[in-house]
Amino acid sequence: MKSSVITFPGSNCDRDMDVALKKFGFKNKMVWHADAELPKSDLVVLPGGFSYGDYLRCGSMASKSKIMQSVINFANSGGMVMGICNGFQILVETGLVPGVLLRNKYLEFICKNVFVKINDKKNKYFKNVNSEVLEFHIAHNEGNYFCTNDQLKEIEDNNQIAINYCDENGKIEDQFNPNGSIKNIAGIFNKEKNVLGMMPHPERMIDKSLSGEDGSLFFINLINNLK
Amino acid sequence: MKISVIITLKKDVLDPQGKIIHQTLDGMGFNDVNEVRQGKYFEIDTKETDNDKAKAKVEEMCKKLLANLVIENYKIIDPK
Repeated sequence: MKSSVITFPGSNCDRDMDVALKKFGFKNKMVWHADAELPKSDLVVLPGGFSYGDYLRCGSMASKSKIMQSVINFANSGGMVMGICNGFQILVETGLVPGVLLRNKYLEFICKNVFVKINDKKNKYFKNVNSEVLEFHIAHNEGNYFCTNDQLKEIEDNNQIAINYCDENGKIEDQFNPNGSIKNIAGIFNKEKNVLGMMPHPERMIDKSLSGEDGSLFFINLINNLK
Repeated sequence: MKISVIITLKKDVLDPQGKIIHQTLDGMGFNDVNEVRQGKYFEIDTKETDNDKAKAKVEEMCKKLLANLVIENYKIIDPK
């Protein structure tokens, strides 16, 4: 399986993602934002970081960069595109997934482990994951997911919520919402579910001795689903 | 020609920064403030000399980049 990780000026989780993808069997290529063409890929990842210093709105500048037209075309033709953290912010700015990510409710940069509940498994990202709840890491200042009431209705009608913040038993409640997101949303799909944007970093949970292995679960499952 | 743009958050969008500014003003003794909403201000110097054409271009900029219409409104100030 071939993957591509896009590096924007200010990306800082691109190499972590490269390590994670390779560890679980992807042949990964790093792609520079100013390139026009995507290499042949089964998966494209927009990594975390602070592209363009978060100027104007997080992800807004990166969403207009040269490579993104190819990424958008790839996604619109059914290609798998995953945006993590700043990558999620870039995805909402392209309009590939609905909504926006606002400043965290309590204006704090949040950096901690959280639990997320998988809301939908009828997609290539979470199909066959042998768990309902995963422990991932979040590190963000703008992860407060917001959308209009009409968009929310559409998202819910199409079952586009991918994961919600919860406790270790999968209970989705306000007190387990780290950033004020509507409905505890931590990640959403586009309508066709080939595009996934999420705030948590699975690439930070791939080593038993350093973090945890729920990221490993996620990546092993993902590559198997793509085969 | 210089054209100015003001971007504001839509009414129903939470503005945590505006809230904190309000609280701080309150703490400083400005007790009669009802609400503070923070926005953005841009000055765009364009080569275009025709008023209407310039405004139309800036409107396009607002829609495509300067504002995110899910959460923000934009207002173009008439060039003097």
